[in-house]
This record gives sequence, structure tokens and C-alpha cells, in this order.
Amino acid sequence: MFTRNPAGLAALLTFVLSAAMVFAQAPNLGKPVSPAEIAAWDINVLPDGSGLPPGSGTPADGARIYTAKCSACHGPEGKGGPSARLVGGEPVKNMSSEKTIAGFWPYSTTLFDYIRRAMPWQQPRSLTNEEVYALTAYILSQNQLIGERDAMNAQTLPKVRMPNRDGFIVRFPDRTP
Amino acid sequence: MNKTPSDRIKRELTDLQAVAGNGLLHRRALLRGGAALAGAMTGYTLLPSALGQQLTDDAWSRVPGSTVPDYGSRSRFEKDVVRTLSNPKGEPRTQHARTPHHLINGTFTPNGLHFVISHAGDPDIEPDKHRLVIHGLVKQPLVFTLDTLARYPMVSRMAFVECGGNSAPLFSPQPIQASVQALHGLVSCSEWTGVPLSTLLDEAGIDPKAKWLIAEGGDSPHLSRSVPLSKAMDDAMIALYQNGERIMPGNGYPMRLLLPGWEGNMNTKWVRRIQLTEGPGMTFYESRTYAAILPGGKAYQFYFMQEVKSFITHPSPGLAMKGPGFYEISGIAYSGYGRIAKVMVSADGGKSWAQAALQEPVHSKAFTRFRAPWRWDGGPAVLQSRAWDEAGYAQPTRTQLVAARGETAQVPPVTAFPSQHYNAIVSWSVERGGEVKHVYA
Repeated sequence: MFTRNPAGLAALLTFVLSAAMVFAQAPNLGKPVSPAEIAAWDINVLPDGSGLPPGSGTPADGARIYTAKCSACHGPEGKGGPSARLVGGEPVKNMSSEKTIAGFWPYSTTLFDYIRRAMPWQQPRSLTNEEVYALTAYILSQNQLIGERDAMNAQTLPKVRMPNRDGFIVRFPDRTP
Repeated sequence: MNKTPSDRIKRELTDLQAVAGNGLLHRRALLRGGAALAGAMTGYTLLPSALGQQLTDDAWSRVPGSTVPDYGSRSRFEKDVVRTLSNPKGEPRTQHARTPHHLINGTFTPNGLHFVISHAGDPDIEPDKHRLVIHGLVKQPLVFTLDTLARYPMVSRMAFVECGGNSAPLFSPQPIQASVQALHGLVSCSEWTGVPLSTLLDEAGIDPKAKWLIAEGGDSPHLSRSVPLSKAMDDAMIALYQNGERIMPGNGYPMRLLLPGWEGNMNTKWVRRIQLTEGPGMTFYESRTYAAILPGGKAYQFYFMQEVKSFITHPSPGLAMKGPGFYEISGIAYSGYGRIAKVMVSADGGKSWAQAALQEPVHSKAFTRFRAPWRWDGGPAVLQSRAWDEAGYAQPTRTQLVAARGETAQVPPVTAFPSQHYNAIVSWSVERGGEVKHVYA
């Protein structure tokens, strides 16, 4: 039938294509938004350092902020309290091992990202970028992953190589049971 | 000669043969005989005077009932059917609320009983002020309100959501004596309705360099997870409704990312921002919390799939058996890979198996209720279920899973589990007196 009536086929194709276009049409109600408008929410930091803001902080600066804002939960020396240990810890061996920053975390940028989005627990998003850099520097320094005078900023932080960087097997999209 | 119903039941009883050890019957017993058949097998409901008293009109049937409320709630006699809370005072740490699978039935979870994990409580979001931003590697960054999303073509689907650490107490070297709620209560299933995420990403215009997205919630930890773009374009949804009504606050009101079949933590609740990126963010929850440490110290990263799993809810620990006779073994099965293809049930610790009946329709990546008729002779029995999915995966035995993943060093408190996926076979031991215990078999 189609081969005997090319005009009919063309008409049918036109109908199918226009129907598909109508079906695929979305309301397009999203409003354009500028980088400036979303700047306060644009807080993801990636392992290559993209997303890190301007600013800088030293372990000494971080020590003061830590005592004031973090030590009540994480202990005076960062070795744990009601909340997790931030300093020290062994390499992991099995599922019961403690997942410490020095012993488990693969990327230093995660520290900045997580402090900035989630800490302090009672007042997240209250720290300045400078304070987040300083706290990041303090914790890395206490874990002897950087020197006591090393400032952390958008250039230096992504270069800090975490000890367990190669300790992972990427499961996705592996389907092995 | 006319055959009476009791003749028919007697004939079916004669026909019924155990299909596996320790009294497991063919699943057709559920389809044909129903309650009458069950009664015949237990032998007491057919006796003419078993009731031993005359029925009278009860007090509630002799007066008009109460005023119908504007929002219904269940009978006052059901007040004990509740979630269990790990942190009832809301102390500054994660809160868990577990679904009582042994006290409910069917294939979806009522909204008030859906499991919740909140890492810093449930935010009190004003829906008119909530925004969803899509930005990053897109042609045009966009912002959506709840009102605008309500005008998009929507889809509805059943989907389970399961915490990556659900059932992880079974990594304990000794079986922990606890209810199915305590052991397996961090999974629930709902009908979710919302806008396909692909519609919104297409509208923003995906940069060909984009391979991942990072989703972020509007809760106080601003929980963030990286998701491969392929999943986002496959069956991801910005869910707005849960079982027909707006999503519960604990499950992400007014909107959440739904990734059917994938680790619960990735199904970002209260989602407010989606950034398209070339690579993953290596966020706190993916690079630390839900990375699963293997024996020897290497860890799985990006263990997204919630693999094929089943467990028996009736009977289960805390639901004692009430004397020998007919019982329906019933439970739930699900897989992140798709539909459940088959569930087998054993009453003798895995020596022999009978195929369970599956409640239709069987939805992809959703709870499937399975049922198997069982005549308990009153002796010891070990009940197990094993599920297969349409991708061909079978639930492993616990021995197999533990060989690959290890066990915890000590017996942990039932709420202090490692965040590791556990999908192996679960065993309930029925003791001679009818008590049901958790065992490894």
C-alpha cells in the first residue's frame, strides 16, 4: 500500500513527524537565570579544584576558628567527640574500619566542599570562604598532609594528594554481583 | 450427583501435594481454595460449633458513628503500627525512621510509614519559595518554581527507595535478634508522580561535554550527590507526589530527585539545584559514607545499584506462629535492575524450594509481593526466600556475599550498621513453640 501510493506515504510521514514534535514539545517555563543570581548557591567544588572561590587560609587561622566553632563536637584536638574524628586514624582494612580523612578520603577538595555546605552543624553556610580555607588547612595540617605554614587556596588545595587516593574500585557501571 | 463445596475442598486437598520439604504447598492452593481451603487444612473452621457463643450486636453497631474528618486517619486500634526511631529527640546527628514491614501488607508503603533518613532533620520548606536551578554545562541555566513544574507533562510510576545500608545488620558475624523492621526497615515503595528530569535538562540544553550531574538538597547539610547523566536521561524524575498526595516532608517536600532502583541517598530530597558537569563531584556521601570497604581495604566507589533482594515479612521475628496448620508465607522482592522474574521459598533452610506466587502487576524497580502456601506441622523449620530479576541476577546466599564483602568485626548494635549494600538470602527459624528467630542458614 505504501509503495503504491508515495503521496500517501509522504502524508503519513508528515503526520507522524508533526505528531512527534507536538508530543515532544514542553511548556518551556524555566526562567533564564544568570551566574550572579545563583552565586550564593553555586557551591560545588570538584576534585580538579573547579568551583573553589577566591580567598586563602592558614592552619594557624584555622586553629582559632576550630576552637571556637568545631571543638565542642569533634573534640579539642579533632580526635573525635560526639561527632566524628577529624585528625588521625589508620588506613582502612575492612567494613568495620573508621573512615577517617587521612585514612580514607580520596580528595582534599571534598573537605572544603563539605565544610562549606554543611558545617558547623547548627549553623551551616555561616562561615566565610576564608574561614573554610583556614579550617581546611588546619585539619590537613593536623593530619600532617600539609605543612604547619601552608596556606590553602584555589591553587594549593587541589594539589594536596590524599593517602588513600588510589584505594577505590569504581563499581559503576560494573554489573558483577 | 451434585458435588457440594466440601466435596470439592476434600478433592482439592487430596490433589494438593507438598512441592518442597517441610510442608510447602503448590502456589495454586492460594488461587483455587482461598480461605475455605485454608480452613479445611487447619481443620477447625468447618466444625459446626467451633465459635462456642452466639453473635450479638456490638455497641458500635447500635449507635451512629463519629463525624467524618476532613483528613482521614487510621483506626485507634492501629496506633502501634509505627516507624521505629533511631534518634527520637533529634540530637545533632542522623535520624532514621524504619518501616514496619511485618505490620503492613501489599506492595506500597503508606506515606506516614515510608522510611526516612535525615542527616540534620527535615527542613520546613515553604513551597512557594522553593526553587529548582539547573545550571553548569547547559546552554541556558534555568530556574523552576513548583507552580511552573505543575504545568509540565507528568509521569507516575511505582518505585522502591532503599538506603544503601538497609539490611547491613546481617553483616554481623552472629545473627542479630530483631524484627524485620529493625533489620530491613530502610526500604519502602511508593507511586511517585512528577516531571521526567530529561524534559527539564533538554529545555536547558545539554552541553555535549556533560557526563554527570551533581544534585543538591535545600536541607541544612545541603546534601549533594553525583549522578551519571545517562541515568538522568533514562528514568530519573523530579517527583512532586507520593502515593497521590504531595511528598511528605521527610521524603523531600516539595520535590525530590527520584532515581528508580538506585541507592536511596542519591535520590536527593528537597532538591534545589542540579549542576551538569564533566566528572563527579566526589562529594562527602559518595567518596566517604557510601563507599563500601572490601576485605583488604580497597573500597567500592559509586555502588549505585540496589541489587535483587527479597525477605519474608510474614511470618518474621515478633510474629509468633499460633499452632500447626495452614499459613501463607509472604514477603517482598525487588531489584534495581527491573522486574522480579521469580521468587522461590524454602521451609527447610534451602534444601528444597517451591515457587512462590507473584502479585500482579509486577512493576519494574518496585516491590513485588510474593506468597507461598505452607502447612506447618509444628516442628522446627527454617524459612527462606530467594529472588531472581529480569536481568538474570539471583540473590546470593549469605555465605557467598560474606566471602566477597566480609563481616563486621563485632556484633554491632542493630542501628549501628556499616553503610554497605546487603542483598543476600535472609533466614527465619520457626521454633517448635511457634517463635520466629533470625538465623544464618
